[in-house]
Amino acid sequence: MTSLTTITSTVTASFLASLVEVVEAFTIVLAVGITRGWRPALTGTVLALAVLAALVVVFGPLLALVPLHLLQFAVGVLLILFGMRWLRKAILRAAGFIALHDEAKAFAAETEQLQRQAAERRADYLAGLAAFKGVLLEGVEVVFIVIAVGAGRGLTLYASGGALAALILVLVVGAMVHKPLAQVPENTLKFAVGLMLTTFGVFWIGEGLGAEWPGADLALLVIFAVLAASALGMVRWLRGIAAPILGRSGS
Amino acid sequence: MSLARTILTEFLHLFVDDGSLALLVAVLIAAVAAAVKFLTLPPFDGAVLLLAGCILILADSLRRAAARKRS
Repeated sequence: MTSLTTITSTVTASFLASLVEVVEAFTIVLAVGITRGWRPALTGTVLALAVLAALVVVFGPLLALVPLHLLQFAVGVLLILFGMRWLRKAILRAAGFIALHDEAKAFAAETEQLQRQAAERRADYLAGLAAFKGVLLEGVEVVFIVIAVGAGRGLTLYASGGALAALILVLVVGAMVHKPLAQVPENTLKFAVGLMLTTFGVFWIGEGLGAEWPGADLALLVIFAVLAASALGMVRWLRGIAAPILGRSGS
Repeated sequence: MSLARTILTEFLHLFVDDGSLALLVAVLIAAVAAAVKFLTLPPFDGAVLLLAGCILILADSLRRAAARKRS
């Protein structure tokens, strides 16, 4: 039976990861909407959502054909790769080795590019294409996350609920403020999601190998705590290294 | 075609950023799975080794990134 721990962590991981992706997609759609009008922005968005829905409809049922242990193992491998990539980047950003992602900057860059294309005859088409690509690329990540965190225990519906909640939240807040959601603590979210996805990855691979986790699903919390303590230790360690380097480059 | 290529490239980038981190993780998982399957390593011990290995690989990847920044 699936425990509350698994359901809660599945919904939370899906919600937070999707929040990061939806905020990035929203920035692009907003830039298109404000610069070229809402028609190309919404056309591109709707087309991208249709392609994503088609991907889910085509590939979703195939997952049911894969034996559970094999599915948990395969999904676990992808989750570890995906989660550790996010975690690595978030640690490097937290330590000051690479710049934080800036939604306002991304919005300005997208707007500038759209304005450069404004004189072209195909300006509306290019703007629609920008919205389409932005939503599709971020959406593919959301689809992967939903499937990956949900498929191991048949919780895809809960994971979809988390992603949908993120989408609604961003749309509501975005419609209210009508500007890029630069206040979202993107790196903190990526750090937390990186930890969660890596936790799920280790857990699923363990299950795929036949491991009996002590405390069953509660082991997720222990794996998360071990990874979080290690990652925070790494941030502190890297900050110690970064301080003299950044001081030198700043002087 | 270029859009399909972009999507495929982006999808690959979901999992691979630092190539050697991805490679080491893949080798670690394969080694643990092989040890459980063929060397009768208890699956739980394999999972614990996997967790420890992931932490070490992450630390090593960060150390290399820091070293690149220093040079």
